[in-house]
Amino acid sequence: MNRTFGMSELLFIVGALRWTLLLSLVAFLGGGAVGFVIAILRTSHSRILRWLAAGFIQLFQGTPVLLQLFLAYYGLAVLFQVQVDAWPAVAVAFTLYSGAFLGEIWRGSIQAIPRTQWEASACLSLGYFQQLRHVILPQAMRISIPPTVGFLVQLVKGTSVAAIIGFVELTRAGQLMVNVTFQPMVVYPVVAMLYFAVCWPLSLLSRTLEKRIDADIGVKRHF
Amino acid sequence: MHYAFHFNVVWEHWRDLAEGAWLTIRLSALAMSFGLAVATVCAYAKAAGPAPVRWTVAAYVEAIRNTPFLVQIFIVYFSLPTLGISIDANEAALAAMVVNFGAYGTEILRAGIESIPHGQVEAARALGLSRLQTFVHVMLFPAVKTVYPALSSQFILLMLASSVVSTISAVELTAVTNSLQSTTFRPFEFYFVSTGIYLAMSLGFQAVFGAMYWVAFMRGPRGHRA
Repeated sequence: MNRTFGMSELLFIVGALRWTLLLSLVAFLGGGAVGFVIAILRTSHSRILRWLAAGFIQLFQGTPVLLQLFLAYYGLAVLFQVQVDAWPAVAVAFTLYSGAFLGEIWRGSIQAIPRTQWEASACLSLGYFQQLRHVILPQAMRISIPPTVGFLVQLVKGTSVAAIIGFVELTRAGQLMVNVTFQPMVVYPVVAMLYFAVCWPLSLLSRTLEKRIDADIGVKRHF
Repeated sequence: MHYAFHFNVVWEHWRDLAEGAWLTIRLSALAMSFGLAVATVCAYAKAAGPAPVRWTVAAYVEAIRNTPFLVQIFIVYFSLPTLGISIDANEAALAAMVVNFGAYGTEILRAGIESIPHGQVEAARALGLSRLQTFVHVMLFPAVKTVYPALSSQFILLMLASSVVSTISAVELTAVTNSLQSTTFRPFEFYFVSTGIYLAMSLGFQAVFGAMYWVAFMRGPRGHRA
């Protein structure tokens, strides 16, 4: 006897959405901290620090997140000599992954601030960290909001890959329900719609914010 | 840490890994070629089509861009067969990648097309060029030049995302790595090396695309042909 896709199956999938959201949140907070450091290093005066940060970004943007996940999963096992739970592996992998992307986005925002702002604040005898804290970052932060929200969409979608190493989130929950109901034609579109319900508002928000900031700083766009 | 690394096992299988990498490149290149065709048609439809067509294209682009690639693969490979459309794993992987790249490509080309001053389009129409001629010669070529960097990084993203098709047992680098690590019990070493191969492929394609940009757009009398 097969189970058919009904209310309890739907609730199971909707319930698993919280693990997708929680993983995205953990990755965003952890990645935010990593990305902040990367962005500062990437724009620093020291060439070695800039190269290190660029290497970190290239490493994580140039390799598949699935392989990063496998490496974290088996790498932690190698380090601790025991097969760890999926949670630490996915948390570490997605933190580093989003750290690289956020670092690159925020580097762009910092570099979008005109040089004259650095020079003017230097003339006011502000030190490097004071320049960052009081002059550069407040302006850069505003520019960085739309692409950061846009990256959130990429992150939420990206966490689906955690299903492959058995972490039960939205996609994995969908796979489990397909295994008991044999109704992939129903289950996967439902899963897709749930992702869409989370991601689309974020996409729209990112676009709206981008238009507003462009209008504020007087960028004229054709679209 | 008392783990003994055994990378020699990996080197014994370098041929399989090289083959897997080649399959990844072939799959991604094929998907990009078809995907670009889809994107061009959709971008044309979005720029010049009637309202219902524009909405359909917009819905396609938004649906793909706001759902995970992994779920798209599952729909193509597991859901469509229940409607009687049955395809093997490699075809499903290619189809999902084409549909995915098509949506991102449409959006990228649209941005390029909209960066073209409207006066140029009007001038072309005034000179008697048809809608299609105007689109190809006045809009598409300069647009591709403008968005070339975005298109090439989208190709690299596609190549990296293709690792996910290993879940439906389509054969490419990650799938080859999965089967090798499961027979040799050396998962860390194998994943480490194939991650390195992906990195090398990304860097390699960045270089290739840079060279192609120079050949296509930077030569000629005024430094560009567009």
